[in-house]
Amino acid sequence: MSRRFDFPGGIHPPTRKARSTREPLREAPLPRRVVLPLTQHRGQPAEPCVAVGERVRTGQVIARPQGRVSAALHASISGIVSAIEPRPVPHPGGLSAPCLVIEGDGSDEWAPMAALAWRTTDTETLHRRLADSGLVGLGGAGFPSQLKARLGEHHAIDTLVINAAECEPYISADDMTLRRHAAEVLEGARLLAHLLGAERILVGIEDDKPEALAALNTAITAAQSPPTIELQVIETRYPSGGENQLIRRLLGRQVPSGGLPADVGVVCHNPGTLWAALAAVRDGRPQVSRVVTLTGEALARPGNVIARLGTPLAELLEDAGLDHERLARLVMGGPMMGQPLARLDLPLIKTANCLIAASAEELPPPPPPRPCIRCGDCETACPVALAPQRLLAFAQAEADDKARELALFDCIECGACDYVCPSHLPLVAQFRAAKDRLRHKDAEAKRAERARHRYECRQARLEREAAEKEARRQARRQAASRPAAQATPRGGAGGQEAVKSLRIAQAAAKAALRKAERALARASDADAATLADLETQRATAEEHLRAAEARLTAAQGDPQNSAEETP
Amino acid sequence: MSLMHASTAQAVPGTPGVMRWVLVATLPGIALMSWHFGWGVLANVLVAGGLAMALEALMLRLRGRAIGATLGDHSALVSGVLLGAALPPFAPWWLLLVGVAAAIVVAKHLYGGLGQNLFNPAMVGYALLLIAFPVPMTQWVAPLGLVGPEALSPLEALRQLAGLGPGLDALSGATPLDAFKHKPEGLMAQEFWAGEPLPPGAQAAWRDVALGWLAGGALLLWRRLIDWRIPLALLGSLTLLSGLLYAGDPSQHGSPAFHLFAGAAIFGACFIATDPVSAAAGRRGRWLYGAAIGVLVVVIRTQGAYPDAIAFAVLLMNFAVPLIDHLLPPRPLGRRQRETSP
Repeated sequence: MSRRFDFPGGIHPPTRKARSTREPLREAPLPRRVVLPLTQHRGQPAEPCVAVGERVRTGQVIARPQGRVSAALHASISGIVSAIEPRPVPHPGGLSAPCLVIEGDGSDEWAPMAALAWRTTDTETLHRRLADSGLVGLGGAGFPSQLKARLGEHHAIDTLVINAAECEPYISADDMTLRRHAAEVLEGARLLAHLLGAERILVGIEDDKPEALAALNTAITAAQSPPTIELQVIETRYPSGGENQLIRRLLGRQVPSGGLPADVGVVCHNPGTLWAALAAVRDGRPQVSRVVTLTGEALARPGNVIARLGTPLAELLEDAGLDHERLARLVMGGPMMGQPLARLDLPLIKTANCLIAASAEELPPPPPPRPCIRCGDCETACPVALAPQRLLAFAQAEADDKARELALFDCIECGACDYVCPSHLPLVAQFRAAKDRLRHKDAEAKRAERARHRYECRQARLEREAAEKEARRQARRQAASRPAAQATPRGGAGGQEAVKSLRIAQAAAKAALRKAERALARASDADAATLADLETQRATAEEHLRAAEARLTAAQGDPQNSAEETP
Repeated sequence: MSLMHASTAQAVPGTPGVMRWVLVATLPGIALMSWHFGWGVLANVLVAGGLAMALEALMLRLRGRAIGATLGDHSALVSGVLLGAALPPFAPWWLLLVGVAAAIVVAKHLYGGLGQNLFNPAMVGYALLLIAFPVPMTQWVAPLGLVGPEALSPLEALRQLAGLGPGLDALSGATPLDAFKHKPEGLMAQEFWAGEPLPPGAQAAWRDVALGWLAGGALLLWRRLIDWRIPLALLGSLTLLSGLLYAGDPSQHGSPAFHLFAGAAIFGACFIATDPVSAAAGRRGRWLYGAAIGVLVVVIRTQGAYPDAIAFAVLLMNFAVPLIDHLLPPRPLGRRQRETSP
């Protein structure tokens, strides 16, 4: 057990995991109907590719990814697509979002993809398979896995970290997955390490999971295939499973502020994701189910189940013996970072690793907040070593720029400060609000910048056109004032003038093109809309330049004629 | 946004609980002080505490705040008790009232109430009294004991509190720090102490009281209710600097032990400088804050006009807290320059 490195702060809340780890992992009953939100991942919603009334089989693609960051969606049961419409989804705002509803036929007839032997398959096929399988990070963030698998293309990745810390109280989905499927998880890790070009696989696991640890040890000794897998047991301390915290703890590397683990050569994956990746490749099974912890004092039979996506939460909870009387609070995710749900008729989504049906006693509402006494407990607990109490003061005063200077955006919203605050202040909620305000402000500033740029381009074009027009008018006037007989032989000053003004116009067009190209180069990492905008500007500028050059060539060849040529 | 809270999940005290612990931690110091200096100590503490609660309630009412919930956080009681313990025993009521009013009304509520005050309320009250009423503030009753034959009765304590009857001038004298401060220029320290400038038992009494405060501080540290950096830095810098001076010229300077145990150094280190509201917030800042108070205490004691200096040193550093917080921001993970990844 290496103690060389550590992350700052951290807390030791009661883990309350024992309740959900007594029974082994089991399959949840097949739902009769599933509701599949089109957004169950980070990024843009998927686009439905089936029609209402169409029959679908389990594993069939029903919505395709849209844009760069998105994930495909598959039918999680076989049946008839009965609706594509907004339905309530597990969302912090309690909103509805577009969903695809499938009425099951109870047969669970599969449409699997071809099984692939990943060691003998070319990497592009494997990448495509991951994308086709709709895999997202199952730890809760929901980032599309195929994008993470491609990080090796632009970053030198040396280590794949299996994040089995599972540090948040109540959640035991990874623990139970590893107890049963450690070999598959490790094989999935080898697959992704292969795609990333990582030479080393490191498992980080907290010391409160002896069974999972034993299973991992057995699986590691049994498998002889490279690369070697190292196991590091770490102290149980929340939030050791935070990506940056775990990387710091295991490898002593610091993920730079605003950066990704890939910037320090690391990619982290959750065990469940790795198992799903292996299933997608080896068995041709896309992501249609996930392991979810069902726990809380309002459940008579808590445990971990493999449940089909889109299963109504009520069904899952009923199956686990929900006592409606005792249910005071339903939480998706853990108690530190999860979100309270206001209703039971919501579907299970890809990022839901845990459902807590809590009684009033186990997760009581916090006592009313009192003034901050600057005790510094939050600073001691912060795993990023921020100064939460100072951030809070700025956030409450809406002095958001000050908060940004104090590294507001480095906050991982782990809730450790909320947990320890003796005055019960809602720190993370305030930080989120401040971040939202800042993001909004930044977006506004960007829009204003784009509008200003467009305006400037238009002004320049209008001026140029006015100059060209004026030049032509003068040329015409001079030509007209001269006797027709003299015009032809001498060419005339009017022609010279026209050529001169056209040269100016051509130079201006050249400058405009250069400016547009520079803007485009600068904005190479901007979002798609900005890029499209700038690309249009550049193309327009190029067009103008070509037109100006053509006119100039024509004018130099035959000054008189081209000058007379009117638009 | 955590739905779990330490106060409900692990029975960690919330703000009112923290304040209750601080009150408990003052008990050994107050008990030992009463034991040596008599009923006047208890009278001070109780009356100042009561006045603090009353003025807090009044101010909350004037400010249109909920009285019950805020009064229940005990923070005003803590300020009153600490101020009462810092004042000379058998102080008259008006002295207590002026001090507590300065602490609660001016230093606390005019700045916006709990959490908003820039200055330590108790020390604002103390400093005001020291400047405005230097004579009663520097007359310290001799350690006559609580119950002994020479002890003043509780009735006498009430009489003094009410401001009736003759004062206790005949029974009072300078504190050890005060006496040493006014030591005649040419006199060596050893000769000075040999002349028994203090009432009998005074030094031992002051040392016992300091140990009482130390016990309270240890309790707070054990419960992790105060940041250990501040007392450690304060007492460390005080010991170091007074040690250097003492090593340089033992005939004219007090020893580090004298500086630690003769005055309010330990009380200040454990109960005053550790007030989180008016202390620096960051970890690095707290080292600096504590150490600077220790240095200022020695400097004021040896070079300044006042024999003890906790109040002024703390208030001066309260001034500096916004600057310290600004100059020593936290170094978040991911932004630490010195230890970047290999």
